[in-house]
Amino acid sequence: MLKQTEGSRGVADAIALCRPEVICAYPISPQTHIVEALGVMVKSGKLTQCEFVNVESEFAAMSACIGSSAAGARTYTATASQGLLYMAEAVFNASGLGLPIVMTLANRAIGAPINIWNDHGDSMAMRDSGWIQLYAETNQEALDLHIQAFRLAEELSVPVMVCMDGFILTHAYERVDVPTQEQVDAFLPPFRPRQVLDPVKPISIGAMVGPEAFMEVRYLAHAQQEKAVDSIARIGADFQASFGRESGGLLRTYRTEDADIIVVALGSVLGTIEDTVDELRAEGKRVGVVGLTAFRPFPTVALREALGHCSRVIVLEKALAVGVGGIVTADVKASLAGLPVETTTVIAGLGGRPILKTSLRKMFDEASSGALKPMTFLDLNMDAVNREMERVG
Amino acid sequence: MSVQTIKFYQTGSFVVGNRLLEPGQRSVQSDPERSNALTSGHRACQGCGEALGARYAIDAAMRATAGNMIAVNATGCLEVFSTMSPETSWQIPWVHSLFGNAASVATGVAAALKAKGRTDIRVVAQGGDGGTVDIGFGCLSGMFERDDDVLYICYDNQGYMNTGVQRSSATPPAARTATTDVVGPEPGNVFGQGKSGPLIAMAHGIKYVATATVADLRDLEYKVERAMSFRGARYIHILVPCPLGWGSASRDTIQMARLAKETGIFPVFEAEGGQVVNVAKIRSKVPVEAYLSKQRRYAHLFGRSPRPDVVAHLQEMADDNIRKFGLVDNVAEEAY
Ligand SMILES: Cc1ncc(C[n+]2csc(CCOP(=O)(O)OP(=O)(O)O)c2C)c(N)n1
Ligand code: SF4
Ligand SMILES: [Mg+2]
Repeated sequence: MLKQTEGSRGVADAIALCRPEVICAYPISPQTHIVEALGVMVKSGKLTQCEFVNVESEFAAMSACIGSSAAGARTYTATASQGLLYMAEAVFNASGLGLPIVMTLANRAIGAPINIWNDHGDSMAMRDSGWIQLYAETNQEALDLHIQAFRLAEELSVPVMVCMDGFILTHAYERVDVPTQEQVDAFLPPFRPRQVLDPVKPISIGAMVGPEAFMEVRYLAHAQQEKAVDSIARIGADFQASFGRESGGLLRTYRTEDADIIVVALGSVLGTIEDTVDELRAEGKRVGVVGLTAFRPFPTVALREALGHCSRVIVLEKALAVGVGGIVTADVKASLAGLPVETTTVIAGLGGRPILKTSLRKMFDEASSGALKPMTFLDLNMDAVNREMERVG
Repeated sequence: MSVQTIKFYQTGSFVVGNRLLEPGQRSVQSDPERSNALTSGHRACQGCGEALGARYAIDAAMRATAGNMIAVNATGCLEVFSTMSPETSWQIPWVHSLFGNAASVATGVAAALKAKGRTDIRVVAQGGDGGTVDIGFGCLSGMFERDDDVLYICYDNQGYMNTGVQRSSATPPAARTATTDVVGPEPGNVFGQGKSGPLIAMAHGIKYVATATVADLRDLEYKVERAMSFRGARYIHILVPCPLGWGSASRDTIQMARLAKETGIFPVFEAEGGQVVNVAKIRSKVPVEAYLSKQRRYAHLFGRSPRPDVVAHLQEMADDNIRKFGLVDNVAEEAY
């Protein structure tokens, strides 16, 4: 059904259609509207056979999710920013235990300085947590990715984080197509846990593992994520077949076929880049975009295929590894190993700084003239930076 | 899973259930067919109070639930000695997640069971004093406050034993730990700090709070069974002497627990809805010195440069407990 609705509400509707059994979350902007909506659905009896647990922290939220998932319940939570870091220990634990929890991350910057606006600093900090990470470009995709996420998580026994840009998506009203219960039921079978806490067949979950087997356990987690590369593509294709629209998959290319310069980015900024590309194409410039939907596992082979023919790749990153620069860049470079492709990092949009088409055009211009530095901060106010540097000496 | 039959190494002792008594007078522990949550072969130290307390508590919970239960364990000695992969001593569904989140994991298990309509399966969470009253305290308080259907059991050995005997907020004053060494003007742990898990649990107004020790295992079993007769959040705090951390003889574990109770150092009581409803009276009052002097963690109070002032201070604290909880009839004041 077509609906003009807020991104958060669309996600809440999608989650409800997935028949979650336990929802447990702690409020933090910009995630709040999602869990508020779900809370109302459970309390009013619209969403049945589901427990909504109000906890005292994100650490408790993820911990309760661990318990409920280990007990065989389809489990959902949502958080952002400080909340994700507050639950970090349990985030790693959930993936280590192979629990197919689905979590929405309403991407938001990490403090200090405290900042509630969007960037990808939070999810990037959990890059190596063992969770699958999918990034939504639009509200429709956010909604669709959640439906796919449960299937992916439960097929592989790996938790999935669906990242959607805070405010830009979560609080934006857009038209979305909310599927019917029958459609979702046909796509998403009931949860059959790989292992479960059951008095009839008692098992111990979470035992200590020593040096003689720890490497193997970690390798198996890695192998499972490598499997996820195929699963993400397959489930995305299945989704398209059942729902009639393209959503998900590993990555999406836009006008890249004959492109000299290709931008790689994640999330909602892709729309702005695509618009800029259209303008530049109209002027005869050979530019294109690759949007990464899957960041973990990293779609190395697909990306190499998508980028291999161009001369310059710009990785536009909404997060910063202080002391290094880009985060996604390292993985992009690794997938291009041995190919004559120049790779440039552009850090943009930190803490909600708008990423403007004019700035992107300038970036493309500099890239084609060879003036774009290997590491650029988009729209950085150097006057302010220099003043502060002088002041502190 | 293969179920291990129960082996008895001792006969006749109180601990294994008075097997020299007439069958009718024997305890359930003397029956090889009894519930058996934690089998032998685990790696606890000799004389470990925590291993004993956990087995009795979880066995009692198994009896009370006819085996329909799930246990959640915090990181700590109990977790480490009972489950080194690929082995496990647990004969029940058991999950360990982290050090500080056992209460929340249990909340999640209980929520899952409720959503599935399986509230016939009960949930018990357990952890050491550190996992309970320190790092896990936020999660515990949340679980209490929401009145989630979980029995939380704290095995209090008064320190972080698994990491090599460091101070926790349950470490008593004057006790030596690796982080409260017997150096400086106030040797051992300082006075005026620490907290009482059971009293704070009671302040949440939860259905049932009890303390127990491994010296009175019948009492412990009764309290677990009583706890399982309620729905909602419940808490049992068990004193479990740790020979390694306390510097007491392995054979003295039961005696240490008994002396902790008989001196008034560790009040044994039950509370319902935030009110004390029952206290275990001291049978014959013992001065704290009898308890302290058997543990190397208090050795600096005796010997060459004794500290009778510190011993007297500890005695005052014990006497205070006796008054507050009415542990001895003739000195009972108002119930706490
Ligand atoms: C977050 C975190 N911090 C610290 C540790 C290290 N650690 C593991 S067990 C433990 C002490 C456990 O003490 P307690 O809960 O009292 O249990 P005990 O071993 O004494 O039975 C500590 C500090 C940890 N595993 N996780
Ligand atoms: S250190 Fe203490 S608590 Fe840990 S196993 Fe040994 S006796 Fe038991
Ligand atoms: Mg301890």
